[in-house]
Amino acid sequence: MKNYDKLIFELSKPGRKAYNLPALDVEDKALESLIPAEYLTDKELNFPEVSEVDVIRHYTNLSDKNYGLDTGFYPLGSCTMKYNPKINEDVVKYDGFANVHPYQSECCVQGSLEVMYGLEKSLAEIGGMDRVTLQPAAGAHGEITGIMLIKAYHEKNGDFKRNKIIVPDSAHGTNPATATMAGYEIIEIKSTENGLVDLEALKAAVGEDTAGLMLTNPNTVGIYDRGVKEISRIVHEAGGLLYYDGANTNAIMGHARPGDMGFDVVHFNLHKTFSTPHGGGGPGSGPVGCKDFLVEFLPVPMVGKKEDNTFFLDYNFPNSIGKVKDFYGHFGILLRAYTYILTMGSDGLKKATEMAVLNANYIKEKLKDYYYLPIDNIVKHEVVFGGLKDTLSEVTTLDIAKRLLDKGYHPPTIYFPLIIHEALMIEPTESESKETIDAFIDAMIEIAKEAKENPELVKSAPNNTLVRRPDETKAAKNPILKYEG
Amino acid sequence: MYPYIPNTPQDEKEMLQAIGLDSVDQLFDDIPKDVHLTKPLNIPESKSELEVTNYLSSLANKNCSVSEMTNFLGAGAYDHYIPSVINAITSRSEFYTSYTPYQPEISQGTLQYIFEYQTLIANLTGMDLANASLYDGGTAITEAALMACAHSKKDEIIVSTGVKPEARQILKTYAHQQHLKVVEVETKDGVTDAQALEALVSDNTAAVIVQNPNFFGVLEDLKGLGEIAHKGKKTSFVASVNPISLAILKKPGELDVDIVVGDGQPLGIPLQFGGPYLGFMATKKDYMRKLPGRIIGETTDLDGKRSFVLTLAAREQHIRREKATSNICSNQGLNALAATVYMVTMGKEGLKEVATQCAKKAHYAFNELTKSGKYKPLFDKPFFMEFALTSETSVEKVNNALLDAKIIGGYDLGKDYPQYKNASLYAITEKRTKEEIDKLCEVLEGVK
Amino acid sequence: MKVEKGLLYSNDHEWVKVEGEEAYIGISDYAQDHLGDIVYVELPDVDDELAKEDSFSAVESVKAAADVYIPVSGKVVAVNEALEDDPALLNADPYANWIIKVALTNKADLDELMTSEDYEKFLAEEA
Repeated sequence: MKNYDKLIFELSKPGRKAYNLPALDVEDKALESLIPAEYLTDKELNFPEVSEVDVIRHYTNLSDKNYGLDTGFYPLGSCTMKYNPKINEDVVKYDGFANVHPYQSECCVQGSLEVMYGLEKSLAEIGGMDRVTLQPAAGAHGEITGIMLIKAYHEKNGDFKRNKIIVPDSAHGTNPATATMAGYEIIEIKSTENGLVDLEALKAAVGEDTAGLMLTNPNTVGIYDRGVKEISRIVHEAGGLLYYDGANTNAIMGHARPGDMGFDVVHFNLHKTFSTPHGGGGPGSGPVGCKDFLVEFLPVPMVGKKEDNTFFLDYNFPNSIGKVKDFYGHFGILLRAYTYILTMGSDGLKKATEMAVLNANYIKEKLKDYYYLPIDNIVKHEVVFGGLKDTLSEVTTLDIAKRLLDKGYHPPTIYFPLIIHEALMIEPTESESKETIDAFIDAMIEIAKEAKENPELVKSAPNNTLVRRPDETKAAKNPILKYEG
Repeated sequence: MYPYIPNTPQDEKEMLQAIGLDSVDQLFDDIPKDVHLTKPLNIPESKSELEVTNYLSSLANKNCSVSEMTNFLGAGAYDHYIPSVINAITSRSEFYTSYTPYQPEISQGTLQYIFEYQTLIANLTGMDLANASLYDGGTAITEAALMACAHSKKDEIIVSTGVKPEARQILKTYAHQQHLKVVEVETKDGVTDAQALEALVSDNTAAVIVQNPNFFGVLEDLKGLGEIAHKGKKTSFVASVNPISLAILKKPGELDVDIVVGDGQPLGIPLQFGGPYLGFMATKKDYMRKLPGRIIGETTDLDGKRSFVLTLAAREQHIRREKATSNICSNQGLNALAATVYMVTMGKEGLKEVATQCAKKAHYAFNELTKSGKYKPLFDKPFFMEFALTSETSVEKVNNALLDAKIIGGYDLGKDYPQYKNASLYAITEKRTKEEIDKLCEVLEGVK
Repeated sequence: MKVEKGLLYSNDHEWVKVEGEEAYIGISDYAQDHLGDIVYVELPDVDDELAKEDSFSAVESVKAAADVYIPVSGKVVAVNEALEDDPALLNADPYANWIIKVALTNKADLDELMTSEDYEKFLAEEA
């Protein structure tokens, strides 16, 4: 089983089939008599021919080659790999939710609209915002939507000289990429050695050309930036707006809200904070909240409520930036997140944040004698180490990550944030028990000891995975992007 | 205690002790008083699973699903049959609870199915290569336009009004940010006006974008339009296509299309009120280093074993930062898996049969519905599985009458195209039976 | 780090080899070493008119990508197509493997570049 190495195409045998359709029940006219021949292909479809059993066995075997959150601890920093509740997966399969067409008339989709209305209200409350668009498909998509709101605001004010977005050097790579896509120039400002925004550098950077600042708090080092009120004052006084990257919302729910900190726009990652599954890379969802003065620019449609308590799609936003996505957003993901919020309630969300923070600080405390801790502070939901404390062995962060694979763990995020050398970013989330975390801590300590006593063992890791360090250079040099047979 | 939070009060106590603190609240002392929330969030308190499912079932029951009704609505989201195997595979938690495959050693499952997906999309479209997927068909069109601009270093995009209206709105929203110019070329008799296009294409044109079948369901002359587009220097010809149609129609790869995009929703993804769906993108080889999104490549590991990795990362935002042409850092992973399982399940013959049945049933419906003369074809042009009919009665009135008969009627074209007032776009998939089509016909004939 | 004598260098680690009214342009040993295994070199089109500081190429390794800026204004007269097939040539010998050849349109630009001696000092300071 472990050595299963076939591609689906290699199972194909002429004549096999995995489908079964009803016989055609209308008059069977030749296709050429319905659609002119010049539009029709005479080429066979280059698809495999397999049985249903082949399909199920093949993909079940592939699933065995994956490590999921349900397999074990997944402390990927900045990704909030919290448990994906099974009720969420049930609810999205309800016929009334799964099998509704987006263009059906409003009377037929009241249930879906009510879900969206309720979710918007909840997210606005959690973020301290006035309205929330549910349209963006992912965090990066939320970012660009949020920056478009900022741009629309300046443009409506006739303020066209504001062409720069300020981004700290600790930011995720999407922040600068997003601002560029929105037509902005980027000013990157250095962080202090504690990973905080350097207020002097910020003062020097702001001016008449400042459109806004993109920030996350707690920052990518896991530390709550106490200067955030001052940061917001500096940016606002210069005429710019503040964008909150909500990637780290799991650190503050029920304790603080971006809106109260002075942020004007915020995006949420429903696939991080609100328990929707990551699905091997997506689909996610990245709703964007904003303060009152930006509401007129939100993408259409929003969900409104009429006096008779029915819901409708509200397109009446004449200054809207337009549309950013087909239909209304990733409804299936929105529904999962709403299910989670209903289940957890205000008390549960707060508790989740508290346990996520407790777990991160516990790991920090237990590992700081073995791993280099560049900033020893109370952290929020994640902790960043800078490789091993004892660097004599020359064992790198990559080696540590690969050795963790041998020990049955998904490694933490590595080499991010860029401002920490050899970064190992650990985010345990609230989903893990003390026992799980203790076992992980033991594994990390064991690796630190191995690095000292038998560094080759760590450098040659992984040793017991299905494949070992696939060659990325070869893949990029001569790309093979499809099966050629 | 909460079901998803395992720490007991005793665990909490021990962990706090290890950190040297007395209470959990102290972990939040770094949040200044003036922003520290003192009262609970204004959200109802936690509920049991039973209470939540009861409530959400009641909301689901307020909707009228396409399984309770007979659906003839399409316009970009289609009611195709979804085989049971798909849910069996996408429900495997090894797939749906995993992250982006950053650690290839423990992600070969995800990496390999995406490699298979890329292969299937490339083969279906007849193109050289495909990426690991994008958000949806609409945003994929915008990504194609942005890529064409980066590829040609030009800033004018020509888009046919035969392209889905929402997709054109998305394109305009994005183009505004970068001061790109979007020019619409009108349709004439239901297809992109070739003469008008010829007059618009110049050496400033980065991309010409059309849809096939277009929003009216009509088949475009991709070959002819492509020839016009390619009169521009380094102009990319972009076609947004329905993936099911490619089982029987000429492939974009046979017709010199440069960038093919589309929505993969028809490939086994439920309607679910508009998303999440699946944007696909396939191109000629020249675009390989400029493609947005994730791409998976084949390689070998330390022991020489075939393995798969995320590749061509130098295109992406985490490396290029502000120089990246797209900020996308995900793909529609799980929906790409659904589409992969759908495509291999239907296989070489099945997809062709789905497409053929759609076409035959749609043409049957077209003939029946236009027989009496009460409903006239909006265009007299070849179509695949969707067609527009017009009558003396407003679409709203027609659709209300259909609703009373538990039928979901067509899309009101007049909403986006004022010149096509009273025109309704009907979609017929393989799921519709002769009986259902005859019923539609009967109710329509009875509309007063 | 090898610095070839007789060439001119820019702050961005490009080198220029002048031959009459034309010049070859490439990246320095320092630049290639910094990038690691180079997997792709994007080339401009012949006849492209480039102004000083324009980005004319991108060099990609697995974990990095660098835009290459032209240190002198010029019109592209030739590109080194061998790099398309074997980008690792830039790792093997960055001085023998030029990226583009241009017809110089403003020879005064050359005055602002460093000699190999200056560039060696520049590298020492950077380190």
